[in-house]
Amino acid sequence: MPQQLLFAIEVSINGLMTGVLYALVALGFVLIFKASGVFNYAQGVMALFAALTLVGLQNGQVPFAELINAIFNADVHHFGWRLPAVVAILLALAAMALLALLVERLVLKHLVNQEPIILFMATIGLAYFLEGFGDLMWGGDLKKLEVGLPIGISESVEAYTGERFGYGFFIDRLDIVAACVAAVLVAALMVFSQYSKIGRALRAVADDHQAALSVGISLRFIWVAVWSIAGLVALVAGIMWGAKSGVQFSLSLIALKALPVLMLGGLTSIRGAIVGGLIIGVGEKLFDFFAGPLIGGATENWFAYVLALCFLVFRPQGLFGEKIIERV
Amino acid sequence: MTAQELQNGAEAERPHPNGEREVLLEVRDISLRFGGVAALANVSFDILKGEIRAIIGPNGAGKSSMLNVINGFYFPQSGEIWFKGRKRPALKPHRVARQGVSRTFQNIALFHRMSVLDNIMTGRLTLMKSGMLSQAVWMGRAAREDAEHREKVERIIDFLEIQSIRKVPVGRLPYGLQKRVELGRALAGEPELLLLDEPMAGMSVEEKEDMSRFIIDVNDEFGTTITLIEHDMGVVMDISDRVVVMDYGRKIGDGPPDAVRRDQAVIDAYLGVAH
Repeated sequence: MPQQLLFAIEVSINGLMTGVLYALVALGFVLIFKASGVFNYAQGVMALFAALTLVGLQNGQVPFAELINAIFNADVHHFGWRLPAVVAILLALAAMALLALLVERLVLKHLVNQEPIILFMATIGLAYFLEGFGDLMWGGDLKKLEVGLPIGISESVEAYTGERFGYGFFIDRLDIVAACVAAVLVAALMVFSQYSKIGRALRAVADDHQAALSVGISLRFIWVAVWSIAGLVALVAGIMWGAKSGVQFSLSLIALKALPVLMLGGLTSIRGAIVGGLIIGVGEKLFDFFAGPLIGGATENWFAYVLALCFLVFRPQGLFGEKIIERV
Repeated sequence: MTAQELQNGAEAERPHPNGEREVLLEVRDISLRFGGVAALANVSFDILKGEIRAIIGPNGAGKSSMLNVINGFYFPQSGEIWFKGRKRPALKPHRVARQGVSRTFQNIALFHRMSVLDNIMTGRLTLMKSGMLSQAVWMGRAAREDAEHREKVERIIDFLEIQSIRKVPVGRLPYGLQKRVELGRALAGEPELLLLDEPMAGMSVEEKEDMSRFIIDVNDEFGTTITLIEHDMGVVMDISDRVVVMDYGRKIGDGPPDAVRRDQAVIDAYLGVAH
């Protein structure tokens, strides 16, 4: 095979891996939107907050250390322990569930039956609050996230492809793990939504609020459940991105990359979030590979948005979204 | 309860509609206003255990509002609701449903993307005991419970004669069948009180006959108390034990079909009065 083609394949595979991470963030959006019609702008910040909490708990950081030190003139920073990764992940998960509960109690409950735009604004507020709160709680410095995920280039893939095609592919080990974890997560979510009691209730609420109420489903419980699940997805996305590029505030900006993914895949489709993420991931890498040299590079910054714009013009409901029917 | 037991029980305790019977639900002096518009004004009536109770009246009479009050979608500004001999506090609709009040809607409210089977299964959600944890950890019990629920749902599917469409997403079904599935979902919750909002609206004559038969059979076989809103007077007179007549948010008549049919106020409301 010609070198150029092999290189393009390698780029595509790397794009797929990035796409998986986009898809993970987009998935969180879709879950909440389906169940409650809320476009949760805070999804990206939730990923950041989850990662921050995970690192903080793992390193035994004292929450609000700066605040405590400033007020009480103390000097506390660490509890002096280091939790095992699994324990820290479980605790971070509990923290995300608690966050879901608080969001329902303090925000959503008071905005029932409001226009979608109002709920959207509320989540923008939530995003900025959470960003500041995370900063206050765990500090704003760049943190390393180490939960035992493999890093570096996978030598076995490089060796195998080198032997097979005479050209060794450079694939990040972390990307492979991320893809596997995402696949397992999505499969688990599908099974959960298809066969469990809460999953059935979730689908019911996504379909028709009134009917769901009439069979005895509590909307508030479902909202807490779905925000918790979105919190879980955010945690997984936060771990993957954090392990890749460190836990820092730019992490919340990956939410912006999820927007074109949603335009592509449709806001209401889990399948769409995944396929959309993969298309954007591969698309931007390949476009940069082929067209980048011709127009001076750095196309990755804008390619996704232009692609989304095209979709908005020709297929506004996305690839898998529900068809928008205007009734007169 | 098996169908057999249900049947036996129903046989044993199906007294004459006018005999001494336990009151299942009673509304007392219910008033409901939307802004300045009075949807219901001091409406009172009772629903006896095991009867088929119809609410009739012209458009805008407040029939659906009444059903929504009973089911908890609306909170009346004044009045009381007594259920099974106890005064019911202001409850959210999902709590009312858990107390054993199921309903169908005038404009079908099914879960369109789910299959017929799944739709009817949702009707049993509140009866399912095992929670998320036991479902995740202890599959055995949860699986067994699921099988039991499936069995009950299959019985309802048989009863409503919709076996052939069990796996079809309800969004693809014709209107009449959707109405039947909605009845199935309401039945799946094993309700004590079943509220039907225009179960036969928009149906063909054959479909109406089928639906009438199902309603009577539900009442007979499961002993379910039924309250229904219906426009087709013929159907109402045929299947109901007692009828409430409403007009402009007030109750203007109440009694057995024959008596109601002869009532002058009722005739005026339906045919108009010469002033």
